Amino acid sequence: MADALPSFPARIAIAIACFIRALSDARFASLVDQVMVQGELPAPALPATQASPSLALAAPAETKPAPAAPVAAPAPAVALSPAPSAAAAAPKPDGATAQEGALHLLAILQRESRLLDFCEEELTGFSDAAIGAAARLVHSGCRKALRENVELAPVRSEAEGATITVPEGFDARAIRLTGNVVGAPPFTGALKHHGWKAVAVKLPEPPRGDASRLLAPAEVELP
Amino acid sequence: MSARYAVGIDLGTTNSALADIDLAVEPAGPGEPLPGPLPLEVPQIRAPFEVAPLELLPSFIYLPSPHEAPPGAFALPWDAARNFAVGRYARERGAQVPGRLVSSAKSWLSHPGVDRRSALLPLKAPGFDDDVARISPVEAAARVLAHLREAWESAHSFETADDGSPLRLADQSVTLTVPASFDPQARELTVQAAAQAGLAKVTLLEEPQAALYAWVQGAGDSWRAQVKPGDVILVVDVGGGTSDYSLIRVGEEQGNLALERLAVGEHILLGGDNIDLALAMRTAAKLQAQNPSQKLDAWQMAALTFACRQAKEDPSRFDQPSASGAAGIAALAIPGRGSGLLGGMIRTELSRAELEETVAAFFPEVSADAQPQSARRGGLSALGLPYAQDPAITRHLAAFLRKNASAKPTAILFNGGVFKDAALRDRVAAMVGGWTGAALKRLEAQSLDLSVALGAAYSGLARAGRGIRIRGGTARSYYVGVEAAAPAVPGFAAPVHAVCLAPFGMEEGSAVDLPDLEVGAFVGETTAFRFFSSAERRDDRPGARVDDVSELTELSPIEATLPADHAQPSSVIPVGLHAAVTEVGTLSLELVSHDKPERHWRLEFSVRDSN
Repeated sequence: MADALPSFPARIAIAIACFIRALSDARFASLVDQVMVQGELPAPALPATQASPSLALAAPAETKPAPAAPVAAPAPAVALSPAPSAAAAAPKPDGATAQEGALHLLAILQRESRLLDFCEEELTGFSDAAIGAAARLVHSGCRKALRENVELAPVRSEAEGATITVPEGFDARAIRLTGNVVGAPPFTGALKHHGWKAVAVKLPEPPRGDASRLLAPAEVELP
Repeated sequence: MSARYAVGIDLGTTNSALADIDLAVEPAGPGEPLPGPLPLEVPQIRAPFEVAPLELLPSFIYLPSPHEAPPGAFALPWDAARNFAVGRYARERGAQVPGRLVSSAKSWLSHPGVDRRSALLPLKAPGFDDDVARISPVEAAARVLAHLREAWESAHSFETADDGSPLRLADQSVTLTVPASFDPQARELTVQAAAQAGLAKVTLLEEPQAALYAWVQGAGDSWRAQVKPGDVILVVDVGGGTSDYSLIRVGEEQGNLALERLAVGEHILLGGDNIDLALAMRTAAKLQAQNPSQKLDAWQMAALTFACRQAKEDPSRFDQPSASGAAGIAALAIPGRGSGLLGGMIRTELSRAELEETVAAFFPEVSADAQPQSARRGGLSALGLPYAQDPAITRHLAAFLRKNASAKPTAILFNGGVFKDAALRDRVAAMVGGWTGAALKRLEAQSLDLSVALGAAYSGLARAGRGIRIRGGTARSYYVGVEAAAPAVPGFAAPVHAVCLAPFGMEEGSAVDLPDLEVGAFVGETTAFRFFSSAERRDDRPGARVDDVSELTELSPIEATLPADHAQPSSVIPVGLHAAVTEVGTLSLELVSHDKPERHWRLEFSVRDSN
């Protein structure tokens, strides 16, 4: 986790930029004030579907949970709104449910990569070459959909196979121990899988209610 | 109100983008770099009822049928009632329903053969005649620009102007890019489209210059080490649908490096999309040769074009062992149309040799004296864009450099998605080096897709005196046609000569008067002049006479209607001409009365169909 936080020199740059911007922009200063007092960004200031370059400076500080909070909770995509604080636990009155968000992700993957068609198709009878060709299509579409909607990063930046030390008080959700799990931390072991976490989520607002259950429309071609 | 942001807008033929720089941010300290431009992620319709922010806004407009989606399917965060789509969805959906798609609006804007203010897009398709509300090329460009304006204002909705009102893009320092080859009328129409989109005040900038601005900004202080006074930079900009060239000289002014744009190329409707289409057509022909009953429909053709583009952009695809064991072959697949992805899938192959052969047809190895071939087409051609007849981009480039032989390029900068292929950059750079007899310095762009928008934003900073500015001025000289007073000879048009009105290199904000030109204008009637330009005649001063107008390029006529208020109708009053290049970057022409110089009439570009 610590690897994703800004370094000390970077923090100096951020502090100076904030200082200058707060002096010249009253609205920014008010945002900073709210962040410092309430510990989170006021929700309406940051529309979920719009990346705002000017807020990019402030964003990293906001999306990092406090040290004790989970790093990448295995929650559905919608829970990872730009302010993953206590509010994420219960959907906001006007927010989408976890199920609507999950179904929408399926709809996007089907549209971009035909993932549902691929998973639902019976593979017996097709040659490996044919399946490989289909996998290539699904792979390129899935990758495009992922890149556009979720920014991924490894949980641990070390190379897989490297020996790392897991300190006392580590986040047991972000690091899963295997093998001879005996004794107390710090543990030393080999990194087998670097893990994944979403560092930025740009999923659009999902459709609500029954509409969310429609994953791909039927197609009718008119002559 | 002073601008808070410098904003650059790249209105592209196939993709548009916007970037901005916060002018309030100061350098972190003396000698530190100025703030860099940031691209805006543009929210756009990606599917009915789905809006997503993407870095590029494809410049496509889809005009849906009222029956194809429920109300609100194309709503945007800032407009719940929007009933058309701009961007990614428009491009993808339009590939399947071309009768409702408006594309290449920018190329139409520069098409002299049509009235660009008349509703003619999408072009007539059988069956769609009464069902689609057509829009004009100006309106199409305005809709793309309006989408970008709304996206920017929405992204900045948490900020306010000094007086507490929401930030408006119109109040910022907005730079809009145009192809260097745009003629004065296309520039004027671009400014009108911007005004229609709610951007009353914009500054125009040529795209290759914007790409160079982006390079200067990205290189930081090191740019002074990379080029020296005396260098001439060739900017080769090959976008999705157009190719554009410029030559920019590095000079010295009071000990500082200065940049000056020397020449720009002709407008060529030829770009990377043509290569993808050529690959797809070649592969489809191969499929049909194997199985004559197999004919691909529009949907399959779009999928094949996409597969070909992917293979073109990823050379590693050709390194995988193929089913037959042969090397250098990429497998392509057109998925089944129905819910079965594998059932109904058509598989084919593209070999590296075929790819290289096709790309080489667009970038053939030619000598410095190569001439673009213009194949005469049949007598009647359908209304459409004047696509380049010779697909060889390098031949057009050779012709451009030959016309400007006095400025030999010593460095080269590439722009446009086509040049993501590193081998192609090497090939073109080596070829130009072969023509000039010396290897060219390679300037590396920071982003082939976003450079124009980033550079346009940076140019706003430069205009405010906080960065290196490229000096340009008009890239051509302009002339009016004057009929000689000669006895009429049946069957022969009266001889016409041309008089230089605006010289080459006229800078923004400067003006020229031609009071000595003896012309008369009819009161109460429209006075029209033939209008010409030349990219080669650099030394003509205002008033210079050119006897043979065939040496010049004829543009749309210019005209003014004199109100019949004071003088007798149909009386002739002597007038002079006044030309100015506005701060915006457009050419403004006026008739000035000889007797009362305070009376003047603006000359407009004729929009009448010249066909």
